[in-house]
Amino acid sequence: MKREWRMPLTILSIAIFALFIWWAQNHLNAYYIRVLSTAAIYIVAAVAYNLINGVTGQFSLGPNGFMALGGFTVALLVLPVSQKQIVYFLQPLIWPFNSFSLPQSLFIVALLLAGIVAAIGGIIIGFPTLRLKGDYLAIATFGFGEIIFVLANNLISITNGALGIKGIPEYSTLMWTWGWAIFSIIVVSNLAKSSYGRAMKAIREDEIAAEAMGINVFFHKMLAFTVSAFFAGVAGGLLATLITTVSPSLFMFTMTFNLLIIIVLGGLGSITGSAITAVLFAFLQELLRTVEAPIQLGPIHLPGVAGMRMVVFSLLLILAMLFYRRGLFGRKELSWDLILSIFERKGEGVGTTWKKEKMKLS
Amino acid sequence: MEKGKNEAILTMNHVTVVFGGLTAVNDFCIDIQRGELVGLIGPNGAGKTTVFNAITGQYIPAKGEIFFEGREITGLKPDRITKYGIARTFQNVRLFSELSVLDNVLVSYHARIKSSFWEAIFHTPRYLREERTFYNGGMELLERVGLAEMAGETAGSLPYGQQRRLEIARALATGPRLLLLDEPAAGMNPEETRQLMDFIKRIRDEFGLTILLIEHDMKVVMGICERIRVLDYGISIAEGTPAEIQANPRVIEAYLGEEERENAEA
Ligand SMILES: Nc1ncnc2c1ncn2[C@@H]1O[C@H](COP(=O)(O)OP(=O)(O)OP(=O)(O)O)[C@@H](O)[C@H]1O
Ligand SMILES: [Mg+2]
Repeated sequence: MKREWRMPLTILSIAIFALFIWWAQNHLNAYYIRVLSTAAIYIVAAVAYNLINGVTGQFSLGPNGFMALGGFTVALLVLPVSQKQIVYFLQPLIWPFNSFSLPQSLFIVALLLAGIVAAIGGIIIGFPTLRLKGDYLAIATFGFGEIIFVLANNLISITNGALGIKGIPEYSTLMWTWGWAIFSIIVVSNLAKSSYGRAMKAIREDEIAAEAMGINVFFHKMLAFTVSAFFAGVAGGLLATLITTVSPSLFMFTMTFNLLIIIVLGGLGSITGSAITAVLFAFLQELLRTVEAPIQLGPIHLPGVAGMRMVVFSLLLILAMLFYRRGLFGRKELSWDLILSIFERKGEGVGTTWKKEKMKLS
Repeated sequence: MEKGKNEAILTMNHVTVVFGGLTAVNDFCIDIQRGELVGLIGPNGAGKTTVFNAITGQYIPAKGEIFFEGREITGLKPDRITKYGIARTFQNVRLFSELSVLDNVLVSYHARIKSSFWEAIFHTPRYLREERTFYNGGMELLERVGLAEMAGETAGSLPYGQQRRLEIARALATGPRLLLLDEPAAGMNPEETRQLMDFIKRIRDEFGLTILLIEHDMKVVMGICERIRVLDYGISIAEGTPAEIQANPRVIEAYLGEEERENAEA
């Protein structure tokens, strides 16, 4: 494929997709719109999570904590003042949040602030933990998620505790969620493909060797972790304004577990792989609602079991770990070359692209 | 920066490295002149690799100082030391196995990047120019070390001899003036070893390097090193030209004798 064609092709397909999103927003029913939006939010969170876990190889378990930071930030910023007075009946909301709310036109500001708050959280958590190797990081970031959960339950004058915040305006349209999904895919995959991304991958492959080649290991881990936290925060904010409520239980460890399933099944290190499995996951989650409903099989009555879906996903994860450890895409990216090579049926992988390019150059 | 022609590129003064109760390197002193090719030999566990790790900042010496081009580097972090101009290879090859051969080399250019990560994300002209420069530099380097054909292959899939060569190329890509090679001939057959010896001499001249080399293969050490230092139990027991070392009774007892015993057993 000619190099010059890729960019226009990508732009064209994004434009066609944007048309579809615009059509969907105006013609699909609320249920489908919500599922599509959920898929997009999973993309934002999963792609970001993959940057730290898959690309940089640092096993973090923190995204639910960062999503919580973002979700509550947006809720506090956009919830109308009148609604705040109703919601916070246990303890009044603290200043300054009790006295203002951002209008819909400033929704973007709320989302960016959600990302920034989460990114700052990432820096604070990253400083002590990114010097740790292996399991320690997982344990420390898991602990962070739990701390956020406890704080969210107890800082009642900010989060309204376990009751959560209701009546958040439904600002997350498909344009917003998919806009961020595409933006996050572009940013994270550009970063992963760049010289900085190469340094991150080198750290994943061999930290000692990377350092010996002049890579500042701590800086690059921090960069990946902070960018990852930023997008997790945005995803949390989008989620808050999609389902119109936030509560501590929304951001429990299950959220991280879902994302982990997505990135492992999509292929650790494959950004486009994560994006595709994020969509599959969102749809499968809906389809599998049936397994949680009571089922009547002839004379046999199976009562619905809540949480059955997670069992199915966990089984999928275990099966993938046993038989398909590299996930859907391994570390490859979905690219025009890959698509073309599939159509050409020459069985060429991504590895051969370079050779072709070289022949073209010389 | 350079004070005179005779100033050593690397100076180690009374460097001691301890692990718990074990003194792996004891009171190690050496001066290496610019352009030299020095060998470091000694039996297994003598502390050779530990000397490398002390120079490159992997381990912090308990005592002593290390100077590179007149600057003290003792206790600096490995990436800083690499940026100053010291590069190394590892005894057990440590490539970025899942990255391509070209990417392995390009990682080494990253330390020099001027564009910020913002520019890298949003593909600014300056970043694209830098990336192009890295790419061209990397390809040219691979061409020079004879790996250009494999640029797109996964590093881990190369045959062992080429992996070792790639490790050297990756070290060269950091733009070093001092190169530390830890047993570059380990696991190579005689033909590969002969090629490697030519290769090491060639890169020293072409890249204007000073080389410190650990090696068990006496043919290599005696064949290319101008000066040899012998370590035993962390202590320097001899230094001299290949001929002097071969004739030194202490060395024969501590090391060469052992080699011969091993050879006899095999
Ligand atoms: N990180 C470490 N922790 C504890 N002991 C170590 C460490 N690294 C090296 N040692 C010990 O220090 C001594 C010197 O090890 P070193 O690796 O420097 O030997 P060497 O001369 O390179 O040997 P070889 O020829 O086998 O590579 C050995 O006894 C080794 O077990
Ligand atoms: Mg050694």
